[in-house]
Amino acid sequence: MGSECLTTPLHQNHCERNARMVDFAGWSMPIQYEGIVAEHLATRQRVTLFDVSHMGRLSFSGANAAQFLDRISTRAVTPIQAGKIRYSLVCREDGGILDDVLIYHLNSTNGESHYSMVVNASNRSKIVDWFSQQTDACSIHDRTLETAMIAVQGPEAIRLVSRWLDWDASSLSYYSGVYRSEDFGGLTLSRTGYTGEDGVELIVGAEQASEVWETLMSLGAEQGIRPAGLGARDTLRLEAAMPLYGHELSESIHVAQTGLDFAIQCSGRDFVGKASILEARENGDLPVRVGLRLEGKRPAREGCEIYHQATRVGEITSGTFSPTLSTPIAMAYVNESAAKPGTPLEVDIRGRRHAAEVCHLPFYQRA
Amino acid sequence: MKPEELLYADTHEWALVEEQDAAKIATVGISKFAVEQLTDLVYIELPSVGTETQAGKEFGEVESVKAVSPLYSPVDGEVIEVNESLRDALETLNDDAYSGGWMIKVRLSDEASLAKLMDHAAYEKQCADES
Repeated sequence: MGSECLTTPLHQNHCERNARMVDFAGWSMPIQYEGIVAEHLATRQRVTLFDVSHMGRLSFSGANAAQFLDRISTRAVTPIQAGKIRYSLVCREDGGILDDVLIYHLNSTNGESHYSMVVNASNRSKIVDWFSQQTDACSIHDRTLETAMIAVQGPEAIRLVSRWLDWDASSLSYYSGVYRSEDFGGLTLSRTGYTGEDGVELIVGAEQASEVWETLMSLGAEQGIRPAGLGARDTLRLEAAMPLYGHELSESIHVAQTGLDFAIQCSGRDFVGKASILEARENGDLPVRVGLRLEGKRPAREGCEIYHQATRVGEITSGTFSPTLSTPIAMAYVNESAAKPGTPLEVDIRGRRHAAEVCHLPFYQRA
Repeated sequence: MKPEELLYADTHEWALVEEQDAAKIATVGISKFAVEQLTDLVYIELPSVGTETQAGKEFGEVESVKAVSPLYSPVDGEVIEVNESLRDALETLNDDAYSGGWMIKVRLSDEASLAKLMDHAAYEKQCADES
């Protein structure tokens, strides 16, 4: 890997655990430790730690921060209560997706609330530039390099974090968060994740990250904790049907075709891209995001073409072999006529057609 | 088969060449190192009997949860036997890469390509450099 790769504050911790490191969006990141399937199943059954420090962490200050964020977000930001976090999309005027993000509105220790955001690593500089062009009334601080981010995911995650902080983390409802400036160089704790399991994500100071990671690994030993890499993160999010930027989302995919309607709020507000969304909904002929299950064992991958009899109806955006379901699964964009669950389709995998069926998303939902 | 007695391609396939009825037959598989690098194998695509193979050209593919990897033939010839049992028992590759994990048998049409293969010591060195 190139020497110009950024490393996270947990790099040494990964190397000591014999992680296989890869270059991902300009960062040297662990793709796996003992193996993707083992890490995937440990997340579904027990608890795992993910280093997600490559994700961009931005904070916003100024009296107009909420109004600014509301204008660049497909989801309303001004109604987000302090203590809450919301998934949203950022798009251009023409509806092309610039990123998918989490917007945090959290209380600070001094009693005031503040806004922050987590963006994709691959989009961080693009998003900072885009925001800077859109406002001069609100300051944007890129906190990525001065902090680290750790995801604690799995059915045992809440119990582990509660023991670690000696505080009942189950009091935090889903998509809520707290900020504690006095702990770990400034701790943001949120009930969020990208695996389809219960869990939390922590943001801590870069200098405190290694100690936090090791403490959680030791405390979690009795719960069978494992470190998990980007490989398992991808299979987990795919089972949970969560989109990944660069696959299900991109500048050439219109925000209206993603099926993420819970994150698109058009009524009673204006935002960048709204007119284009209303127009796309009116015309309604864009391919739509669906889930596919394939027969046999061969996974379809990004770029595989999809056919309904002789007609090409779409293309795979992400595909893998589901460790939980023991079958190949994929997400794809297909023409609306072929998008109904139960529709039998065929996927061309390197020249050979394989039977597939449109299915309901997500592929996996925790009990 | 003992790994020390096999020949290796730099793309991590092994070959065992034996004489049989006045013909040279190569048994082909992939090394334990390759299996460990791939991890979490879920699918294998093998050629049918009668397929011509060419040294350095793909004869099939093996797929892990993460990615697909081509299998390159170390020899020139014709496929005369395929290990069909692998398809439903890929764990054989983890347990027994050099015997039960064989993939194809090839009747050699030309022995020139054998000269490009490595012995076990040279291959071990390559793996050490890669890991």
